Amino acid sequence: MSDAKAAVMDSVWQGGTHPYAINSKKFGMWLFIISDALTFSVLLMAYTYLRLSTPDWPKPFIFVPSIIFSSIMTFCLLSSSLTMVMAVHSMNHGNRKATVKWILATMAFGLGFVGLHMTEWLNLINNEHVTPFSNEWGVPLFGGTFFALTGLHMTHVIIGVIYLGIIAFAVGRGKFKYEDVEVSGLYWHFVDLVWMFIFPLVYLMSARL
Amino acid sequence: MSDHSEAIAVEHVGGTTASFLYIWVALLVMTAIEVFLAYEQLPTLIMLTALLGLSVVKAALIIAYFMHLKFEKLSLFLTLFPMLILCIILMLIFMPDSLRSLMLRAQ
Repeated sequence: MSDAKAAVMDSVWQGGTHPYAINSKKFGMWLFIISDALTFSVLLMAYTYLRLSTPDWPKPFIFVPSIIFSSIMTFCLLSSSLTMVMAVHSMNHGNRKATVKWILATMAFGLGFVGLHMTEWLNLINNEHVTPFSNEWGVPLFGGTFFALTGLHMTHVIIGVIYLGIIAFAVGRGKFKYEDVEVSGLYWHFVDLVWMFIFPLVYLMSARL
Repeated sequence: MSDHSEAIAVEHVGGTTASFLYIWVALLVMTAIEVFLAYEQLPTLIMLTALLGLSVVKAALIIAYFMHLKFEKLSLFLTLFPMLILCIILMLIFMPDSLRSLMLRAQ
């Protein structure tokens, strides 16, 4: 009897097998990442399309502060990915104290990213007079696409820091399991991943020599 | 239960601290090369290809090791991957049009 029951449960149509061998939270996060990746791809494509079709596309990114800041921001995000991996690793070994420390380090790098990005934005707005609707080079679409793309990314980083804060708080109090930390890690790595495309396509391709 | 302990065993295969450090260093080195390339007077097309090529390698490293996809079942990868093909097709459809409008303006 129990053998027959097990056989029924193992059937794909009974939900008894695990086609992906991962839990539903992780699969849900992967599906979210896919849809979010499409959103960012479209924004990057819009930026690149306009850049190619506009002959006098501006090159507003001077070395100090724009390029040097965005390079340090890239360093922050890459390092935060490393600390996040270490957090997941510690949680896998059941070391909650270390997990909280690594997540706090990740949040610190994330906040560093946001701070530098804000400074760099303010430099563009105050010194180069770039706004989402106008600039001195007569290419208003530059501001529109630039702020939409980097703004959406920065929103993701800020949401990520809040998300990690909740996870760190709960893990510190003995709640949540390994999966929950891993799923938040997936989100954080994705934010890092998107920046790996924004940084060269937006900043490096428009560096003022 | 045996499933669960197996999953954890796979986890150990997936990541050692040393391998994470190597990948982090590789990502930083590729970023440094990108910043260096930005200040070389290369033709736009070559520079774009080099920057995008490096970015794709960086993205692949992050997805494979940090996001652990290399150690998941193949079915998960096969479910997620078609999105990338869709994206590339979209790009190939739209991008030539941007150059066409530039040609029209030049005439």
